[in-house]
Amino acid sequence: MANHVLAFAETRAGEPRKVGFEAVTAARALADAAGGEAHALLAGAPGIASRAESLGRYGADVVVAAEHAAFADYNPEALASLVAERVKGAGYRAVVFSASAQGKDLAPRVAAKLGVPLAADLTSVQLSGDKVVGTHPVNTGKVVATVSLTATPAVVSLRPGAVTATEAPRSARTETATPVGDAGASRVRVTQTIAGNTAKLDLGDAPVIVSGGRGLKAPENFKLVEELAAAFGNAAVGATRAVTDDGWRPHSDQIGQTGRQVSPDLYVAVGISGAIQHLAGMRTSKTIVAINKDREAPIFKIADYGIVGDVLEVVPALTAAVRQAKGGS
Amino acid sequence: MKIAVCIKRVPEMDVRFKIASSGTSVDETGLKWDMSDFDGYAVEAALQMTEKLGAGEVVVITLGPDAAQETLRKALSMGAARAVHLKADTIPFDNFAIAKALAAELQGGGYDLILFGKMSIDSSNGAVGPMTAELLNVPCVAAASKLEIANGKGTARRELEGAAELLEFPLPAVVTIDEGVARPRYPSLKGIMAAKKKPLEVKGAQLGDVRLTVTTMALPPERPAGRIIGEGPAAVPELVRLLQTEAKVL
Repeated sequence: MANHVLAFAETRAGEPRKVGFEAVTAARALADAAGGEAHALLAGAPGIASRAESLGRYGADVVVAAEHAAFADYNPEALASLVAERVKGAGYRAVVFSASAQGKDLAPRVAAKLGVPLAADLTSVQLSGDKVVGTHPVNTGKVVATVSLTATPAVVSLRPGAVTATEAPRSARTETATPVGDAGASRVRVTQTIAGNTAKLDLGDAPVIVSGGRGLKAPENFKLVEELAAAFGNAAVGATRAVTDDGWRPHSDQIGQTGRQVSPDLYVAVGISGAIQHLAGMRTSKTIVAINKDREAPIFKIADYGIVGDVLEVVPALTAAVRQAKGGS
Repeated sequence: MKIAVCIKRVPEMDVRFKIASSGTSVDETGLKWDMSDFDGYAVEAALQMTEKLGAGEVVVITLGPDAAQETLRKALSMGAARAVHLKADTIPFDNFAIAKALAAELQGGGYDLILFGKMSIDSSNGAVGPMTAELLNVPCVAAASKLEIANGKGTARRELEGAAELLEFPLPAVVTIDEGVARPRYPSLKGIMAAKKKPLEVKGAQLGDVRLTVTTMALPPERPAGRIIGEGPAAVPELVRLLQTEAKVL
């Protein structure tokens, strides 16, 4: 089985997440290059195995299902042991995680249990001879490193959104895995999961992000950002660090070096000057629109389309125009 | 309470980086260096905990070349009691090698809590903290945005995508710190003077095999220069047209 590749299929609230499908897509490509199978490990509360089919759709030949009540919430220690045991037992060539919030916690634990380094937060990954190589943004995204892993298994995590989850359907065989020891006896326990507004698109999933900064002048003006996002219909709302530090928006909305790093199809920066801290979180967006009253603001240096003007006047006009464009299409 | 904080010396990011002639690192000419941002939050969190308890000791540890001692001195000037420098000519990219060297130093140190920044601002891997926890076989919370320690037990909050989770864990433990926890203080003049006399121990880093390396570093492709398409609400129709016909995102 030394040519097989394992993807960790992340779930939340009993459902596989998009970032898990991305990991399966990357594992499929690595397995094809290595001449092996793509496997996906799916852990959750009893019943989770019924979601195996969705992983087959993205190219998993085998779904390794681990059902246990102790996996209902994220259970870092028991999951790390489960994944490490499966990898040791099956002798995978590579193991792929998402560098999501959960993956950032889980992947290094598994790598350490296996006694190997982690190539973290890759924006691309491939097999190159006897090495696994990938690209990884460093120095706040101002430099891109190509990294090479000579360890076996090669353990990697993928930046969310960097690999597009691609359907490659097959009817996956299901195997089962059982927790190592007492899965309920973990020292670290999640006591509560605080759901965000589930009706809202997550910043990592949204094709469009409308983001607001201090140029909005007052927290109540953030509704203009929300209205523009609503007009697009497929948009999430982000914010700068200045705005989250001032409590206008929750910290989870912060885009930047110390917040979320996003690459949507369209990023609309409203009243954002474009501090380096912020640019580090969004400069890889495919198309960037900036609206700001200061013509000299650094955001205009990277914006594909800039409008100089008062956001309180421009944004409502844009919202109306987007609504019309969406309605007319 | 005895707290270790593992910190890293990194370049300041507010510059246009150049690639060194080796092609595998950035050109260090003219760069300014400082403690990695999240490590500053971790040092501050540790200092606040011992100050609140009125007891305990904060020990700062770094791995790197001699120049990394500047970063240790900064932490000492903020208020840490002593420092350990694990000397290595260069800092390898292999996070497991670094975790092994740190775990060898931390093992048997009698620490109740070991803090890291959630990631270094330069290599941005975020792996060394959780790996060190595994090697020490102690519980770990990665990227805590809130942290409280009481009665030998910790509680932390982690931000997820569009959600958050609260966690509980026993000590000793490793926690990596996200920025919500504590704003780092500036060293006072008195602190800077005192730091010069605080103990700083130098040891060789036990790195072992390096199996994750940087083969090339490059600058990302430049975005095409920005374009201002107009002023005020009057520019909106042109923007919508470009989003529809050129960018094809609307």
